Amino acid sequence: MNESERVIAPLEVHDLTVTYHKRPVLYGIDLEVTPGKLIGIIGPNGAGKSTLIKAIMGLIKPVSGWVKIFGTPYAENSHRVGYVPQRESVDWDFPVNVMEVVLMGRYGKVGLCRRPSKADRDVASECLEKVKMLPYANRQIGNLSGGQQQRVFLARALAQESDLYLMDEPFVGVDAATETAIIDILRELKSRGKTLLVVHHDLASAKEYFDELILLNMRLVAFGATRDVFTPEVLQTTYGGRLTILSEVVQALGESK
Amino acid sequence: MGSCVGTARRVTGAVTVWLLMAPVAYAARISEISDTSTLDRALRFFSFSDPSLRYALAGSILLGICCGLMGAFLVVRKLALMGDALSHAVLPGVALGFLWNLTRDPLAIFVGAVAAGLLGAGTVQLIRQTTRHKEDAALGFVLASFYAVGICLFTMIQNLPGGNRSGLDKFMFGQAAAMGPQDVMLLAAVTLLAVGAIVLFYKELKITSFDPGFARSTGLGVQFFHYGLMLLLAFAIVASLQAVGVVLVSAMLVIPAAAAYLLTDRFGIMLLLAALFGLGSGAIGAFLSFVGRSLPTGPLMVLAATTVFVLALLFGPRHGIVARWWRQTSRSARVRRENTLKAIYQVLEASAFATDQVTVKDLADRRRETIEEIEHQVAKLKRHGLATLSSTGDAACLTPAGWQRACEIVRNHRLWELYLTNAARMAPDHVHDDAEEIEHILGEANVQALERRLNYSRKDPHGKMIPGIEDIHAGRAASRDTDRATGFGGNS
Repeated sequence: MNESERVIAPLEVHDLTVTYHKRPVLYGIDLEVTPGKLIGIIGPNGAGKSTLIKAIMGLIKPVSGWVKIFGTPYAENSHRVGYVPQRESVDWDFPVNVMEVVLMGRYGKVGLCRRPSKADRDVASECLEKVKMLPYANRQIGNLSGGQQQRVFLARALAQESDLYLMDEPFVGVDAATETAIIDILRELKSRGKTLLVVHHDLASAKEYFDELILLNMRLVAFGATRDVFTPEVLQTTYGGRLTILSEVVQALGESK
Repeated sequence: MGSCVGTARRVTGAVTVWLLMAPVAYAARISEISDTSTLDRALRFFSFSDPSLRYALAGSILLGICCGLMGAFLVVRKLALMGDALSHAVLPGVALGFLWNLTRDPLAIFVGAVAAGLLGAGTVQLIRQTTRHKEDAALGFVLASFYAVGICLFTMIQNLPGGNRSGLDKFMFGQAAAMGPQDVMLLAAVTLLAVGAIVLFYKELKITSFDPGFARSTGLGVQFFHYGLMLLLAFAIVASLQAVGVVLVSAMLVIPAAAAYLLTDRFGIMLLLAALFGLGSGAIGAFLSFVGRSLPTGPLMVLAATTVFVLALLFGPRHGIVARWWRQTSRSARVRRENTLKAIYQVLEASAFATDQVTVKDLADRRRETIEEIEHQVAKLKRHGLATLSSTGDAACLTPAGWQRACEIVRNHRLWELYLTNAARMAPDHVHDDAEEIEHILGEANVQALERRLNYSRKDPHGKMIPGIEDIHAGRAASRDTDRATGFGGNS
């Protein structure tokens, strides 16, 4: 590799601030991620973890700051990002089956107004096979257990064939076998050079699963290798309590404008 | 389900309107002729010789398809209330369109109505974004206030000197008979536009309806498709106003689609069914209006659609009420049969499988039921090929199939009890009732997993033998005291 060739960060976040009804949810987040890592995002409830993921993708507009994906704004590189949303974000009674949901991951590649091809279906089948859900391909999605639904979402993200994956609490409400299966797939993706950011809810397994951790509590408490940041002091700061003064002042500022 | 309540509301509304407004709706009848019999009129309908009938029928069919398709999106996007509000909000626009030239100029009315619809939608957004109100209150406000303005304008129009008397009633309840070629062409254009948009952007519409967050993340313009759909909806509503009327057009949007939603798990099929039901309801409404002499079309179409909905609700193959009741009844019958089989096994076991016959009396004692009930049960087992009755009628014997099922049930029951006592650490006297239910639904995969987990134990918590796979196939059972197989119909 050329010495002058800099490795482009899959994700760069600068001074990101997001508010909700004038109340700060994220405040001044700075991040730069290196490729080929499995990164966990952890923090207490309401810390802004989901908000961070959504703000990165532009689903939520920040009040200040910017985000770059592989060096460009999100819209230009959205095809290089795969997304696994939270399960409750979707209406599970929608008349669609497992295969159709996974095929949706291919729509970005298929393009506007065109039909998915046989090759797209093959990719979708492969992804379903990877998550062991191929036998359920024709089942309506409401007829699945929580773990199975999560695996379908993962298959859809795999079908996107992205370089950066953003996952919002993929392990919530999932049985142990599914959890192991999912983490194996994530590790396999990492070994192929993909970058994964995963919002995670459980501290104990976070230490075991992730190479690096982002500790979030409205502001960035720490970001680095797990063994470096997973210390009692850092955890205490992350989980110890909200910065209420900062929160109230920023809210008052927003309301005065 | 919220849309079920909404549909019920619409159905009640339809019937009430029809009953209360019959005299006013008299003006909306399709045919003027009063002297022929019903059969004659039915035949005349199918000869399609009446030009006004041809336009009315064509318009009703197109409207049905168009509203059915748009309605499918309203149902899955949970926007049925929005459709209702929009359809009422267009009334002042219709009135203003009237006032433009003081004639029934379809273009002016169309433009006015669409403008009013957009204004209404914009007002809803404004209220949501600047106040504490949520969408339902905002929609309720817009629906009622715009509608009231529309009524006032219409009343004013009717009182104008030389003002058209043909204003209020026809746009309220629909007058399919008054549809001319221009109205039908407008409907055809809107239907074509809707079908074209759906065919072209099918997968985009599907993904933005199902998971807008994910769709946004792929770079798809979710807002564009939302506003596009709303605009198409406005067109469909305005084009349909002539035939169905302001009050009931939302019913034609929602009810055919709601019926389709009950019948399929595939969105594409749902769209087709919604269009089909809409088409059918429109045609039937037109037909009934022509055959009956002073019947209004709008409410008739809606009642046809309602009938389809009720049929789907009752008889839908998967989720229908009748289907569910049938499945439940079959299940109870199966459980009853299996309990009898189990009792036969237990009686056989009590005598260490010395014979392969059980007396009806012993069975009655074990099941604590009367002789008649047992005889009834054994007759049912006989009908399913699971047992035979002796010639004297007082003893029963299991067939190989019955033996297999009896062993499976007993095995399931005892395995489950063992599992609960060992793995879940429940007291042995607590596990019986649970096992009584679980034994009927334990699948083969779970049974194998349980056997592995319990290291292929042969005894349950009460010391009884658990029938194994060899026993089932060889038609034998391990006896209580030894491991040696004895008993039923077999080779030793």
